[in-house]
Parts: sequence; structure tokens; C-alpha cells
Amino acid sequence: MPLKKKSIKAKKKKSMVDNRKFKIGKPILEVKNISLSFGGVKAITNISFNVLKHEIRAIIGPNGAGKSSMLNCINGIYKPQEGKVILNGEEIKPITPNIMSQKGISRTFQNLALFKRMSVLDNILVGRKLHTKSNFFEVAFQFPRALKEEKFNREKCEEIIKFLEIENIKNTEVGKLPYGLQKKVELGRALATEAPILLLDEPMAGMNVEEKRDMCRFILKVNDELGTTIVLIEHDMGVVMDISDRVVVLDYGKIIGDDIPDVVRADQKVIDAYLGVAHG
Amino acid sequence: MKPVFMRYTKNDIINFVVLLVIGFLVVPNFIQSDYWYTSILLPWLCLTLAALGQNIVMGYTGQLSLGAAGFMCAGAYACYNMMLRIQDMPFLGALVLSGLIAAGLGIIFGLPSLRIRGIYLMVATLASQFFIVWVIDKFGWFKNYDVSGSTTFQKIFISGVAFTNGKMMYLLVLAIVIVLTLLAINMARGSTGRNWMAVRDMDIAAESMGVSLLKTKLQAFAINAFLCGISGVLYTYTYLKSAEPFAAFNISLSFKIMFMAIIGGLGTISGAFIGAAFILLFPVVLNAIGNNVFHGMIDATIISSIEQVVFGGLIITLMIFEPLGFAKLWETLKQKVIKTKS
Repeated sequence: MPLKKKSIKAKKKKSMVDNRKFKIGKPILEVKNISLSFGGVKAITNISFNVLKHEIRAIIGPNGAGKSSMLNCINGIYKPQEGKVILNGEEIKPITPNIMSQKGISRTFQNLALFKRMSVLDNILVGRKLHTKSNFFEVAFQFPRALKEEKFNREKCEEIIKFLEIENIKNTEVGKLPYGLQKKVELGRALATEAPILLLDEPMAGMNVEEKRDMCRFILKVNDELGTTIVLIEHDMGVVMDISDRVVVLDYGKIIGDDIPDVVRADQKVIDAYLGVAHG
Repeated sequence: MKPVFMRYTKNDIINFVVLLVIGFLVVPNFIQSDYWYTSILLPWLCLTLAALGQNIVMGYTGQLSLGAAGFMCAGAYACYNMMLRIQDMPFLGALVLSGLIAAGLGIIFGLPSLRIRGIYLMVATLASQFFIVWVIDKFGWFKNYDVSGSTTFQKIFISGVAFTNGKMMYLLVLAIVIVLTLLAINMARGSTGRNWMAVRDMDIAAESMGVSLLKTKLQAFAINAFLCGISGVLYTYTYLKSAEPFAAFNISLSFKIMFMAIIGGLGTISGAFIGAAFILLFPVVLNAIGNNVFHGMIDATIISSIEQVVFGGLIITLMIFEPLGFAKLWETLKQKVIKTKS
């Protein structure tokens, strides 16, 4: 569904948008006609939408609607049978997680994909991989460049740890942390990449109200201060309506709505998908 | 703790100096008998290197591999042929080159890791064990057409100094082991080690952070093979002195090296040293106890069987109570001591 001009105008009326440091710009990421199936099961059918620079874009939908599959297609973990992903006006081909990370897409995972036996700091330091140029030889012999990079990366990660308010656990093994904190660490790792686009797969799943509020604050702050474009999947409608600029609604692998939160909330199709419709 | 020199903390430096003093001053001054050097310290140090390599590929990178003896064999015979065929080849130069040749083979035999994982990978890596040893045994050129089938390795001379007696060889091997261990520690603690562990713990996430699985896995296999190759050279040149490929580098040696890595503690550097010491020395200790305590009371063959039983039992007990090996056990003990002190 093409973006309606009206919806952007409506959005701009809100005072919140006007004092943004990074104004919402042109499309930075576009997916076009993506279809993905596993054998006979169609996970995603012909989905197209775009993400504008500096916006917070939410993908919502009931369980099994294909939200995570969508992110996995963008990120290259799944290979869609059809369709393309366009980043900054350039079609990316082939799409692999590695290439996408180099092109500036970082992500978190639905079921936590942390490095369980490493400390919080080390986990976040892995996120600095793309900013580390020294090879194993330089690291082994502790060449000046390797030392300098290591020091710089550690400082950056300390900043992120401070930002996420997890200083007290920075040397703890990640596997031993409670779920909510692990989610924070995963966000930290994604932030460490300094990627312009973040894909967050249910960043607030399984959190209590307070943790959710913290997480929202972090996401908004990242978007606000660094101008990071954020694509997030979330189930909590309240959160989605509050923080996102535009929402895509998926159901059974198809788009049933794509607009600003207020419009989506009032859409009968969306309400039906979430609450169910009485048939007959 | 804050690093004081390069990336080392004060504790690291103290530990390092203490170990240096023990290794280079205390041991050579207090141990005079050649037996200790040639049959205990030398094989321990040599196999420690191989265990270190095994630990990098298995403990840090999480790629099960079982072919350390194959790479050791490749290293040993590469060095033998270089020393034999190239005039005035310096030993240390040949040593490093043999390591590099082994590393090249490591990359080739590590290729299956890109497609398969876990126990299946372990079976695939057995290829290095069988293939390399078979090639070296099959083609007489590698053994310089020695009719006896066994190879006598050259004596070590470095800029005119002969390293032929136990003590001298010990000092040489110790120096090499220290240098390589330091390099391994630097890698393990730096960005390289983090990439390895990221691949081990969650490969998809590692990939999404920009860590290349291909590069990281092959790098680990190459470093493993490099260390094994060097270990093979030192093992044959200082300990075995003459060897037949099939007898010296059989699969049980590969298994031994793997057990050293596991029992010492996967994903630790010190684990390689402790594991190698345990696997090599504990049978010797048990043997001494058995012979001294039960001498004359029980038949000697039964004593040696009992030793095996005790050894196996100890391994099982350790694995049940501390699956992460001796290095972890040591850490926990240290923590407890610190706690009771304060």
C-alpha cells in the first residue's frame, strides 16, 4: 500500500515530531513484493512497504503473521523466493546477514541470540566488529593499531553500557542474567554497531511494565539523539501506538494496514485481525 | 582491573614473571636428572602446544575437531625435509615454515566446518588424521627413502649452539611455548578471541554483527594447525628423536590431545597446560605410587591395570563435578581462598 501524503501531514501536526533533531526524510529501506514460503506453507505473500529515514516503524500482527520472517528476510537469514530489498535506493543482492550488517543494518532477535558464555561487555564489544580493522596477526602481536582500536572500542562500549544503565553487570556472564537484562544487553550489542538502521524483534517481550517503560525510553532516545532508523516488532499495542511513527499490520503473511498509529487503531480490518471476527 | 602495560593487568604481569622465574631459573637449577627433562617436561611442553591449538578450535570457536596428530605429523615431516634438503636452513626458520605448512593444511581440512557441525564435523576432521599420515607414510620421498621405515630427525643447532641434552632442549622448547602462549593469550583476549567465541555461542547473531563465519572458522583451524605443526616438530625433534609416521602419530595421540583440552578446561589457555600435565603425568604418578606402595604384594600387570581404572575413574569424577575442567576448578578454589581471607 503506497504511503498516503495525508498521513505524514497528520503526523507533522503533532508537536513531538516538530522538535526532533533528525527530521523524517526519504525512504532509506524499501522491501518490494517479498514472498517467502517454507515448502507449501506461505509465510509472507507479496509484501511491500518502506521505511523512512530517522523514523520508528512498527510491524504488528497476530502470532504467525510473518513479522519475524519479514525481519529475517530483510536481514538475510531467510531467503525469500521473490522480491527485493532496496537500501538507500540500491538493490542489495545477494542478501546475507553479513552483507546486510556491512551495509548498516543491525538487529536483535526474538528469542535472544546472545553469546551466553561471554560477559556483558564482551557481548557488546562483538558489536564493534565492523569498526575493528586490525587482523588476528596484529592482535596477536599487539600492534599499536590493535591496541588503539581495542581501547577506543572499549570506551565506546562503556558509553553504551552507561546509557543502558547496566554498569553493575558489565562483567557478568550473560547466560546468568534475567531475561529483561539480556534484552537490554542485546539492544546494547546492536547499538554498538552504530548501524543507521536497527531491526528490533520484540524488544519488550516478557518484560514487566517498568522494564518496558525503560526500553521505550532507550528506543526513543536512540532514535532522537542518534537519528537511528528503527524497525520494530511489538505485541504491546500501547507501546506501539505511543512510540512509532508509522505502523505496518500483517495478518497471514499479508499487509492489512499501513499508516500512522491513530489511523491503524481505528481500522476495522486491524481490529478484526486482532480480536477475531464472528463468521456467519 | 585496569591494564598497566599494553593490555595486561598487574596480576597478569606478576603471574608471568613468577612463571618465568620458575621456568628459567628454578627448574634448570634444581632438576639435574636428564630423565625429568627428556621424558616428562619435554613431552608435556610439546603436547601443551597441541592442546592449546585444540582448545582454540574446540574451546574457543566451538568446532569439534579430531585430527591434531595429523597436523603434528605434517609439521614434523615438513621440518625434517626442509632441514634435509635446504642447505644452511636455520632451525627456527624451518620451525615457523613447518607451522605455516601445517596451517595451510588446517585450512583445507577445516573446510567441512562451513557446512557441517558438531559430532559430524569431528568425524569429517578425522580425514586430516588419516590422510596426512597415510600420504607421508606412503610416499617414500617424505621419509627420504629410509628403508627401515622410520625417520631419524636431525639434531638441533641454532647459530652454532647445540641443543642436544635435556636441559638445553627444555630451555629452547620452553621459550617457544612461552612466546606462542603469549600470542594465543593476546588473540583470545582481543577482538579475535571475541569473534571465535561469538561463532561458538551463537553463529547467526555473530553473522548479523558482521563476523564472517567462513573467515573466523578457517582462521581458528589454521591457528590450531599452526600450533599443532610446531608442536609436532618439537615433539619429534626433542622427545621422540626418531619416529614412524603411523606409530608416532596415531589416532590415540589425537584423542589424548582432545582430552587434554577438555579436561584442562575448554575455552581457557591455562587449561591446555593443566590438561596436558594431567593426562601425561598422572599415569606416571599413579605408576610410581603403585610400584612403591604395592610392590611385591600384587602382580605388576594387575597394578598397571588398576592404574588405568583409577585414571579413568578420576576423569569421570572430574567431568561430573566440574565439566568445565581443571582451569575452572582452579578459579573456583582461588575465589574461595580470596573470600575466606576477606
